[in-house]
Amino acid sequence: MKLRTLTLGLLSASALAFAAHAESITIATVNNGDMVRMQKLTDDFTKANPDIQLNWVTLEENVLRERVTTDIATKGGQYDVMTIGTYEVPIWAKQNWLLPLDKLGADYDVKDIIPAIAGGLSVDGKLYAAPFYGESSFVMYRKDLMEKAGLKMPDAPTWDFIKQAADKMTDRANGVNGVCLRGKAGWGENMAFLTAMSNSFGARWFDENWKPQFDQPEWKKTLQFYVDLMKADGPEGASSNGFNENLALFQQGKCGMWIDATVAASFVSDPKASKVADKVGYALAPDNGLGKRGNWLWAWSLAIPAGTQKADAAEKFVSWATSKHYIELVASKEGWANVPPGTRSSLYANPEYQKAAPFAKMTLDSINAADPTHPTVKPVPYVGVQFVAIPEFQGLGTTVGQLFSAALAGQSSVDDALKQAQDAATAAMTEGGYIK
Amino acid sequence: MARAVTTQHKTIATAAAWIVALLIFFPILYTIITSFKSEQEAIQGFALIPSGTMESYAEVQAQSGYFKFFLNSVILSVGSTLLAILISVPAAWSMAFSPTKRTKDILMWMLSTKMMPAVAVLFPIYLIFRDSGLLDSRIGLTVMLMLINLPIVVWMLYTYFREIPGEILEAARMDGASLWNEIIYVLTPMAVPGIASTMLLNIILAWNEAFWTIRLTTTNAAPLTAFISSFSSPQGLFWAKLSAASTLAIAPILIMGWFSQKQLVRGLTFGAVK
Repeated sequence: MKLRTLTLGLLSASALAFAAHAESITIATVNNGDMVRMQKLTDDFTKANPDIQLNWVTLEENVLRERVTTDIATKGGQYDVMTIGTYEVPIWAKQNWLLPLDKLGADYDVKDIIPAIAGGLSVDGKLYAAPFYGESSFVMYRKDLMEKAGLKMPDAPTWDFIKQAADKMTDRANGVNGVCLRGKAGWGENMAFLTAMSNSFGARWFDENWKPQFDQPEWKKTLQFYVDLMKADGPEGASSNGFNENLALFQQGKCGMWIDATVAASFVSDPKASKVADKVGYALAPDNGLGKRGNWLWAWSLAIPAGTQKADAAEKFVSWATSKHYIELVASKEGWANVPPGTRSSLYANPEYQKAAPFAKMTLDSINAADPTHPTVKPVPYVGVQFVAIPEFQGLGTTVGQLFSAALAGQSSVDDALKQAQDAATAAMTEGGYIK
Repeated sequence: MARAVTTQHKTIATAAAWIVALLIFFPILYTIITSFKSEQEAIQGFALIPSGTMESYAEVQAQSGYFKFFLNSVILSVGSTLLAILISVPAAWSMAFSPTKRTKDILMWMLSTKMMPAVAVLFPIYLIFRDSGLLDSRIGLTVMLMLINLPIVVWMLYTYFREIPGEILEAARMDGASLWNEIIYVLTPMAVPGIASTMLLNIILAWNEAFWTIRLTTTNAAPLTAFISSFSSPQGLFWAKLSAASTLAIAPILIMGWFSQKQLVRGLTFGAVK
């Protein structure tokens, strides 16, 4: 009897000790296919790390951004790992809100991360977030319609070619619009597209002294070209179209071309979802021969907030989720077409991946064609291709986005929209202390 | 002739009522319809007949367990309602039966707290919650939901209590009832319909509250609002899954509302229209 009591006591004591030892880390993430897949595959991590428990919080992108910003600014300590983008990383790292990732493990191979992506996630040479998946933007087009128009899409088209092709492909009687582009207002919606586009027209948000540049001819050319192109060849009501709306239009065969995120390639080429799956071709985002293309760069990345008490466990998880091993794990369970793209050079050298993802090379070329540290033709004081990595940009970007969306809808002229954008940006920059 | 006109009027009135009701209910109905579509059907434009697939429900359930969120919703909405009633009954009693010169001002002041956008106090509240260790706790959130609904509860109860003649309470007092006895045995039984409808409305409000419940929770205390919000995404197809999650989230409260609609309607029209 005594022995039994003792054994039981010992057992429960060790159970308690184990429970006390087990750490649980909370991971905040966005709802997209790759992230959901990761949640399903975490057994692989917990088997190797039985002392670490994972709690997931999935939120819509804008709510997540607000939630984690509130938490990190107040050092609330609710999260141990956060999913953030290339916009937040430089800002938060400068505020000392993130821990540098210097213990990712011996076999992690940091050098394998695609240089353009690593550059966007580093401050002063230190990596502050590990990319989970990366994307750029490119042209998706209908090969059949292009042929019918008697044209051939080059690998690296110019904006003039896009205009010419759009004019020829537009067939309103059959519901085909030559080109579909984002028009919905928002810093991550139309302004992501227009800012990236403006880079290829030689425009920039600010000069070296943070003076807004919307009164310069380059912005006028950008916006005029965009509005004219969309009026002639864009879908009806384009000023309320974002990624999802354009995706639906393209999948239903209503767009000749669509310039948007590289991640869309897997949706438009999926025969279950897309009526035009076998007719899609890809090309680099257009340019004007000025040395910059109109494509952006984004990477959903995992970072560790400075307020966490469980930094070691968190870093172990980040290392696992962004490793080569994880990519192989997804490939073995769900096939190569489903691995998170855009983070590691070795993936693009893998012949099996090249075979499974026909858009692989174009995705890598697009990512490599974007440089967040030198995004524009003329010099700028900021980091970011389709955004300006300063805290004021979310508000200002959305304000300017609304003005440009109104110009697209015909509620104001291009000149008026640019003038108001210049005024709004000057006010915001003066208030923020950038313009002295 | 007169009778014919009346019948005609009635028919028109009934038809109008049905049309308005359908208009109001349509978004919910369409959510339910969409939840039985595949993602592909869901984005292909307007259609009232779904293919009847259950795949969205299966995926929603597989992706994040419904029951934990449901339980939190029940605890938060019922808990905050009981707490609010406990505080509001005495408050409304004193304002209804022994009003002073400033009673109206106090009522107005209470209501004015509802006029401020919630986001304006996000940071102070977040800091208080952080320092008292209440982030992601059911207790903290119950108190928060109680506080935001308290003005409405006091107002509603005040309107009901005003309908009860003060003489009855006086008679009880003459018979030697203490203050406590007066509230428990005389006032409360007479005000039961009013209290019941206030509680029902408050449960619905707390159930649907989506600002604080998302911002002050992570995993332990997250209710169904957080469950819904995890299915929305700016890139990718999610309408059917989002609709399935929303249908699951509103179903319990919809059923509860259905069964208690008599009390709800009575309660809502009681003081206000008179």
